[in-house]
Order: sequence, then structure tokens, then C-alpha cells
Amino acid sequence: MIRVDGVSKSFGEVVAVDGISFIIRDGEITGLLGPNGAGKTTTLRMITCYLRPDRGSITVGDYRVDENPLEVRKTIGYLPELAPIYGDMLVFDYLMFTADIRGVQDDGRFREIAGLCGINDVMHKKIGELSKGYKQRVGLAYAMIHDPDILILDEPTSGLDPNQIIEIRNLIREIGRKKTVILSTHILSEVEATCDRVIIIHRGKIVADDRTENLKSSSAAERSLYVSVGGTDFSGLSGALGGIPGVVSVERIEGGDPIVSARIALTGAGDPRPEVFGTVARNGWVLYEMSQKTRSLESVFRELTVGGGDA
Amino acid sequence: MRKYREALIIMRKELRGMFTTPIAYIVMTIFLIATGFFFFKDFFYFNQAEMRNFFQLLPLIFTFVVPAVTMRLFAEEKQSGSMEILLTLPVSTTNAVLGKFLAAAAFISLMLVPTLFYVVTVELSGSPYYGPIIGGYLGAVLLGSAYCAVGILTSSLSRDQIVAFITAWAGCFFLWLVDKITLFLPSWLGFLEYLSSDFHFKNIERGVLDSRDLIYFLSIIVISLLVTVRVIDERR
Repeated sequence: MIRVDGVSKSFGEVVAVDGISFIIRDGEITGLLGPNGAGKTTTLRMITCYLRPDRGSITVGDYRVDENPLEVRKTIGYLPELAPIYGDMLVFDYLMFTADIRGVQDDGRFREIAGLCGINDVMHKKIGELSKGYKQRVGLAYAMIHDPDILILDEPTSGLDPNQIIEIRNLIREIGRKKTVILSTHILSEVEATCDRVIIIHRGKIVADDRTENLKSSSAAERSLYVSVGGTDFSGLSGALGGIPGVVSVERIEGGDPIVSARIALTGAGDPRPEVFGTVARNGWVLYEMSQKTRSLESVFRELTVGGGDA
Repeated sequence: MRKYREALIIMRKELRGMFTTPIAYIVMTIFLIATGFFFFKDFFYFNQAEMRNFFQLLPLIFTFVVPAVTMRLFAEEKQSGSMEILLTLPVSTTNAVLGKFLAAAAFISLMLVPTLFYVVTVELSGSPYYGPIIGGYLGAVLLGSAYCAVGILTSSLSRDQIVAFITAWAGCFFLWLVDKITLFLPSWLGFLEYLSSDFHFKNIERGVLDSRDLIYFLSIIVISLLVTVRVIDERR
């Protein structure tokens, strides 16, 4: 369990993290989501004992980071952002060094982790000469070599190609069955795809903290319909559609001649789409496009992090 | 010893790192050319079976050579960001600093090994007193280690290796210089010569092992390394 309690950290005048608190239970995959510069990396760096909090306390398992940093570091596997690793070292030497420091003496574990991360082919290359994707895999192998209870990954899929991203996500989900995983990202689909829980950080503060599905469904009622209709103007369209049950408002998006596009805000559980189509057809207009959108994590994220927060 | 297990692992890694980049070979070559030149330059004129020429210039040559070895130790890690790796492994800052220091000191000692050839030359051309020679080598290791500690301190202060090199050189050069400038100072400032690395090195090099000289070098090492630990811990 990781307990972060009222933690703040400033760099000079800049407040990077501003009094955040959260608890991460064992066996959960938690996504730390936020725009660039929101304080994600700083938070992770404090949990891993790289930075010291100015205020507040962090407890990892039974140990506080300010009292027993070495014990905390032993239980954590950490993949820093951009995996800045020793470019002059061979992959093999680097992992050997890590295993030595971590007191891992099992050769089987070494082979297992190399196979799991798919780095057997590059063992005798210099890290600096590897592609971004391989560097990231070496970073993952480095983080997991001692089979840690807690895995902290700072932007684990940055710089990977789509196939590798899917591989790494599967790997993270696999690990997440038994271990506690925290990953930071600014990619929403990553959170939706891998995380049980999301913490959204904005300007150093937590603006949302919930299970991924709750965060999505809490606002599922807010649906809207996007239509593009030809053969009428906006006022005709909004007049005709405004009367349909379930329609809250009709908003013009663009155009008017010859096609008018509008966003129709909906309420209630009913589906007004047949009615909309019927209205358009009865008036002899042409329906070019109709699509329904429920609020996604993306719009939650945008709502919480664009413009909001106190400056 | 268990407490310093990680320091030894880091020392091994650093030593290996030095020899996988060209810098170790370049530094060693320059060191051997410089000492070789000054050693043999007058050797055949004076026809004396001693190594004074070599040891006399060694403290000054070390002020250039040692910083070249130590400049990257922390500066490079800060520059590349790998400091984050080092400081999130279960390694105490003390062990990290100690490991790097041991690696640098071991490298300087290794660098002295080829100069044993000069000893052979001296032996072949006469029968030297071995007291000063053994003392000279012991002093050289102590002096080199003290400069290493100074170099590691300056390397921890900067993320730029060039800055680390120049400040380390300035620090070492100052320690070398202090006893020479006491000539120009009022006599009550004469105690300043005790601050000088060259003064203590010369004492050991005479073949007289005095605890004061040992304490001097050990203090420089311990103080520099403790300050380095503080510097790294404070910058979090």
C-alpha cells in the first residue's frame, strides 16, 4: 500500500505538487493522468525517494520514505521518464549491475526477465545504440529484475510503435494481476486500456480520483447527437428538432448552405434517433450524417484540465 | 564490510566504465608521456640512482590528471539524468560516493603501475635507496586519492564536466601551491604550509612516515567525501 498524505514540492518559485493525498491499495493498476507539467513525474519521484517532499508524508508498505528510503527503494521497481540510462554500458552489464545491487543472484530470473521484455537479441549491444523501443524495454527489465511488489512506470509507452505499445500494455496488465502498478501518462486511451483507477492531476493538484469505469459512467447521461442536414437552414432545423422528447437544445456548429451541422444535447434514457430521422425525412431534407457521442474520459479530462484550476 | 557491499559494486561498474571509454587510455598515455619525459630528461646527466625528478613533479602533474579522471563521475550522471537511476536504487548516498571515490583512487593507483619501469631503470643504473622510492609511491597513492576526493566534490557540484574539471584543477592546484606562497607572507602565517599537499607529500617521499602526514591526506579525503554526500542529499 502506498499512502501519500498532503505532499507538496516546489522548485524555487514553481509549485510542482501542491498538497496532494491519495492511497493506492495492493494489486491495483493506477493511472496518473495529467497534461505535461502537471506534477506527475515529481509525484513519482517523491514516492521513489529521488526527491524529498517539502511538506507531507509518504508511506510505502511499512516504511516512510523520509525514514527508511533504502527499504522503500528495495520494494519498488522504477522506470524513470525517458529511461535515461547509461549509454556506454552493454545491456547485459547494466542488468547485471542492477541485479548485483538488488542482490538478485538467480540466473533463471535473469533469463526470464530478458525473455519477458524481449531483449535477448540486444544483450551485447551498447544501450546508447539501441532504438527508443528497445531502450524502454531495457528500462522495464531494469525495473522488474528483482520482482518488486510495486512497479512505478513514468510514461512507459512513450516512443514506442503501436505494436510495442500493445505488447507493453499487455505486459503491464499481466503484472498488475499480482502487483501494485502506478503508471503516469498523458495518453487517455492508455488509462482506459490498462488502469483500474485514475488519478487526474492538474497544476499540482488532484482534480479527480476514481475507478476508471465510474469516471466514465458518472457522466454517461450527457449524450449528444451530431447531425448534418441538407435542404434547410439552421432555424428550420432547430425548430423541427426542438420538439422531440429528450432533446434539450440544438446548437449550430457550422455551415448552413447547403448543409447545416448541429449538436443536439440529449437527456433521459430514451433514444431519439428514429424520431430525428423521421422528422428530417418528413420535411424532405437530406440527412448526411448522424452520430451519437457519450462523454468519454477524454471530455472529462478536458473539462477538468483545460483552463480550470486556479492560476 | 556488508554495509559497503554496494560501494564495491559501484566501484566495479565505474572502473569498467572508465576502460570501455577512451578517456582512461588517453589520460594514462598523457600521464606516462609527461612523467617519462621529465624523469628521463635529466636522468643521464646527473648519473644518480634516484627518482627525485619523477616524484618532484608528480604533485603538479596530478593536479591535471586526477581531475580528468574524476570530472565525469557525478557531472555526467547529472547531465544524462542517470542520477535518477543511481539514487532510486537501494544504495545510500554514502555508498554511491564511496564507490566512485574507490574507483577513481584505484584507477590512479593502476596508472602508477607502469611507472615501476622507472624503478627498474634506476636499479639497473645504480643501487638506489629504496626508502624514498617506497615512500614516494605510498605518498603518490595518498596524494592521488586526496585529489580524487576533491575532484569528486567538484563533479557533484556541476552538471558540466568542463566546469568540474577546471574547478577540481583549481582546488588541487591551490593545495599544491599553498606552501610556495608562504614565502611571500608574514612569518606568523607560516602555519599555512600545513595545508599544502606538496608539503606533506615531500615528507612522506623522504621515506619518513609521520602520522601527521597520513592524517592530513585522510582528512582531505574524508572531508571532501562528506561534503559531497551533503551536496547530493541537499539537492533533492
